[in-house]
Formats: sequence, C-alpha cells, structure tokens
Amino acid sequence: MSELTLFLVRIAYLAILWIFVLSAISVIRSDMFGARVPSPAAPGKQPRAPKQASPRRGQPTRVEVVQGVNTGIVADLSQAPVLIGRGNDAAIRLDDDYVSTRHARIVESGGQWYVEDLGSTNGTYLGSQRLTQPVPVGLGSQIRVGKTIVELRK
Amino acid sequence: MATNSALMGFVHRRRRGAELFLLVLALVVGIGAYAAVGLGVDGEVPANLIGYGGWLTLLVVAAHVAVRVVAPYADPVLLPVVAALNGLGLAVIHRVDLAKDTGLASQQLTWMTLGVALFVGTLVALPDHRLLARFTYTSGLAAIVLLVLPMVPGLGTSINGAKIWISLGPFSFQPGEVAKLLLVITFAGYLVVHRDALALAGRRVVFVDLPRGRDLGPILMMWVVSLGILVLQRDLGSSLLFFGLFLVMLYVATERPGWLVVGALLFFGGATAAYRLFGHVQSRVDIWLDPFADADGKGYQLVQALYGFAWGGLMGRGLGEGMPERVPYVESDFILAAIGEELGLTAVMAVLLLYGLVVERALRAALISRDGFGKLVATGLAAVFALQVFVVVGGVTRLIPLTGLTTPFLSYGGSSLVVNWVIIAILLRISDQARRPLPDLTPDAEDPDEQATQLVKVVPQR
Repeated sequence: MSELTLFLVRIAYLAILWIFVLSAISVIRSDMFGARVPSPAAPGKQPRAPKQASPRRGQPTRVEVVQGVNTGIVADLSQAPVLIGRGNDAAIRLDDDYVSTRHARIVESGGQWYVEDLGSTNGTYLGSQRLTQPVPVGLGSQIRVGKTIVELRK
Repeated sequence: MATNSALMGFVHRRRRGAELFLLVLALVVGIGAYAAVGLGVDGEVPANLIGYGGWLTLLVVAAHVAVRVVAPYADPVLLPVVAALNGLGLAVIHRVDLAKDTGLASQQLTWMTLGVALFVGTLVALPDHRLLARFTYTSGLAAIVLLVLPMVPGLGTSINGAKIWISLGPFSFQPGEVAKLLLVITFAGYLVVHRDALALAGRRVVFVDLPRGRDLGPILMMWVVSLGILVLQRDLGSSLLFFGLFLVMLYVATERPGWLVVGALLFFGGATAAYRLFGHVQSRVDIWLDPFADADGKGYQLVQALYGFAWGGLMGRGLGEGMPERVPYVESDFILAAIGEELGLTAVMAVLLLYGLVVERALRAALISRDGFGKLVATGLAAVFALQVFVVVGGVTRLIPLTGLTTPFLSYGGSSLVVNWVIIAILLRISDQARRPLPDLTPDAEDPDEQATQLVKVVPQR
C-alpha cells in the first residue's frame, strides 16, 4: 500500500466525517425553518360532517353551479363570504323556486371553507345530510340547495 | 413553562427520510473507518468487512425501523449522530485491538447489539415518557442500591483501584452508569412537583433565597447519599457528574441563578477538601499542573496522550499509521487521544461537534416539550452528556485534572454504551411527544364527548 494511497484514504475519511457533520447540521437547519404552518383544515375526525366528495388536494378558488336551472354560474371565492340564494344581493343568484332569498353562504375561517345554512325553508344539504351548523367543505364538495347543486372547484 | 409548539406557529415534520439519509452517511463513517483501519494496518480491506458492515447495518436499520414505527415524530438527528459515534468508536477500538492483539472490538459490538436491543425495547415499552414520573422515588432508591452494590463483599470487583464494578458471571458491570439515568428521573420527578415551593417559599440568606428544609430536604438527602457513596468509592468523575447534574436541574427547575453561585462555592469547597483529604486527588492535580515532572511514571499516560495529539497534528497520521497503543487505557478513557493521533484535530473537532449536536438536540427537545417532567428529564440527560464529555475530554487534553469517565459511545465499556443507548431512546421519546402535532381541539366544541383528550401535566402518585 503506497504512501499516497494511504494519504488519500485519510483525506477521504476526514471528508466523509465532515460531510456527515455538515449534513446533520443542515438537517437541523431545515428542521428549524422548514416546518410548515399548521392548517387546522387538515381535518381530524369530524364525525357529524359528511365525508367530502374527494380528498382535498389544495384550496378551492371558486364555486360553480353544476346542476339546476342556472348551471354554469361561477362565483369567485376571493370575495368571500359567498351568498347563495334568490335575492339580488346573492353572489350566486339562483332562479330555483325551492331556494330561499338568502339561502346559504360559504365562509372562510382559519384557512378552511365552511358552508352555513341561513335558515332556509328547504334546507341545505351536503350529500344526504341537512346542515344544522357550519360544516367544513373542501375541493369537490357538492352542496345542494333546492334543486340546484353547487360545487367547490379549483 | 408549557409552551406548545402550535402556538409558536408551526408544526414539526416527521423527517424520517432525513434520518434514513443521515443513517446511511453514519454507516459510511463507521464502516469506512473499519476499512481504513484494515488498509492502514494490513494494507488490505479487512476480510470480514462484509460481515461486520452487514451487522452494523442490521443494527442501525433495526433502530431506524423501531423509531419509524413507534416514535414517528422523534428527532431525526440524534440516532444518526450516535450511530456514527458508535461506529467510529468500534473502528478505533478495533485499531487498538490490532496493535495490542486483544479482542475488545467484538465484545464492544456485542454490547452495542445489546444497547440497540434495549434502545428498541425502551421505545416500545415506553409509549409516553411521563410514565417514568411514577417511578420518582423507586428510581431514586434503585440508584442508591445500585451505587452501594459494588461495596457488597463478594459482588463488587475492584478494577484498576476503583471499586465501581460488580461481576455477574463472566460479565462485569458498572452500576454507576445506570444510576446516572435513574437519578435524572428522580430529580426530574421530584423537582417538577416541588419546584414552585422551592422557588418561592423560603428565606433570604445574604444573596440567596434558600428554600425550606422540607422542600429541599428529600432531594438533598438523595444527592448527598449518592455523592457520599461515590466519594467513598473514589469515583471522582462520577461524583463531579452527579454534582453538576443536580445543580443544573435545580437551576433549570427553579430559574434561580443563585443556585449557580451556591453550587460554585460548594464545588470549590468540596474540591479543596478533596485535595486535602485524598492522596489520589493530589496526584491527579499534580499531574495536571506539570505532567512532565514525572513523564515516565505518574504522568506517563497523559504525556503520551499529549504527544499523540501533537504527532497527529491537523490531519492525523492516518488510521493504522500511528502508535496509539503507547497510551495506557487508550481504548476506554483515552480513546480521544487515539483519534487525535490517527485522524488529527480535524476529526477531534468533528467528534466534539457531534457531541455538541447531541446536547443541542436534547435541549431542543426540552425546549419544545409540553410538560415540565419531559423538560427536566431532557435537560438532565443533556447535562449528563455534556458534563461527561467535558470532564473526559478536558481531562485527556489537560484542560482540567483527569478523572476517569468513559467517552459516551466511543469508549470501550459495556455498561456505559448500553445505558447511553437507553438515554438516547428516552430523549427520542420525549422529542417524539413534543414534536407530535396537537390533537385537533378547536372545531365542534359543543359536544364534550367527542373531543380529543390531551393530558398536559401528570402529577406523580405519591
């Protein structure tokens, strides 16, 4: 084994040692600054809330009417709260006889979208469940008001 | 004291992938050192490299899988760092083996296997570190019993003048190492309950608020008894360790800097008394002040270690190229001298940094821990680790008088290695609890039956 080889082995080993030390430090560094902000949205168990139509893969940005007389109406979620109803002040104005003037609204709280029934006559449904309180909704959730179905989309 | 991490604005990630990556690097550090030793001594890669490396890999993978399964949020850096230190230690012990024709490295590998097994066992058996708070007084009693054991005739064995060993069949065991861990649990369990009384009730004497006797009494007695036993056994390193540990935990629990003043005074008083009373303390101090006065006699070990450091210089002689076997006990207390000689200051700094990282991660776990008991245990373990490294490295490099202690994870020594693995397991458990995201408590607050229950503070049963 030549002198040079042994020298190179020694240098290489010291390099490995320090690479290890520095990677450990860089992991600590990223651990300090790289943690993500908690999204309370990440829903834990919400027994009473109906299952969301599809798993959330990000935040919805708009509401679209997907079924009913007014299919195609779109409202931007950036103007939250979004009011759904027959009244003139509603962001999604529906010509559905089964919808109240101020029927339901979609609000944001702590990074999570909720749909809330505003005391409508015929009720707001998520799946087969009639809402009695604000319920978290996410991307793909289908909200039924009267004979109309509204969906949260990206 | 109970800061929760969610309030600080972020949650921790699991980082198990990062841990795996670092573990692979740690294996390269350990196995690479083994290969380099073979290359340096025999001029060829050792024949059993595959078997040795495979075994080491198996141990590390087992530890990693255990962490992944039972402590998924645990700190990602601790395990790789100690794995690297252990691997490097094994290689250096193997190097000394080759020079002295002994077989300590394979014994150490056996101990490491036992250590990793206990590491996994601790993580599995201890789903929550707060369970340990139940054993506050039990562990204190056990610590004292363990410390007394070597003085029992027939059981205790005297090795190299210090009566700190017990022999169980073919194995000899150092109970003081276990006592170290048990005392941390005792102090933490006691202080977390009594720290308000300790900090607030009492009277002021000169500069210091002294707590009431009934608050401080039990813990002070525990400490005096264990310290007294160690002094009787002439185990100065451990006495220093326990003294410092007690002081740090008292200071952290009560947040009174006065304890540090009292501690420093007690330390200097005790040190002076020990210097007057004990002949071996005097000789240690004399060696420290002037090792070259008797370079071939009492100062031989330290002088040879210093020559080793000097000969190694910045880059070292290269593994297998030096003569670390000159230094007596180079495989245990003086292993850092062997590293300094063959790998140089560069590697010594890396090793010290790794120890620093272990202490930092332990203190980090203490900072983010949500319960007082976890905070105190993590702080205590960090203090034990830091003090032990300081005392032994300071002694070897002639910064302070030499007292015999093992270098954690590097030195040859079964009891120390096994206990240190358990300590790391407990630290990982605390950090796992601390980094775990809080259960979702906010929504649907009306129905108390469906809310997640979170235990914040456990008051140990008495």
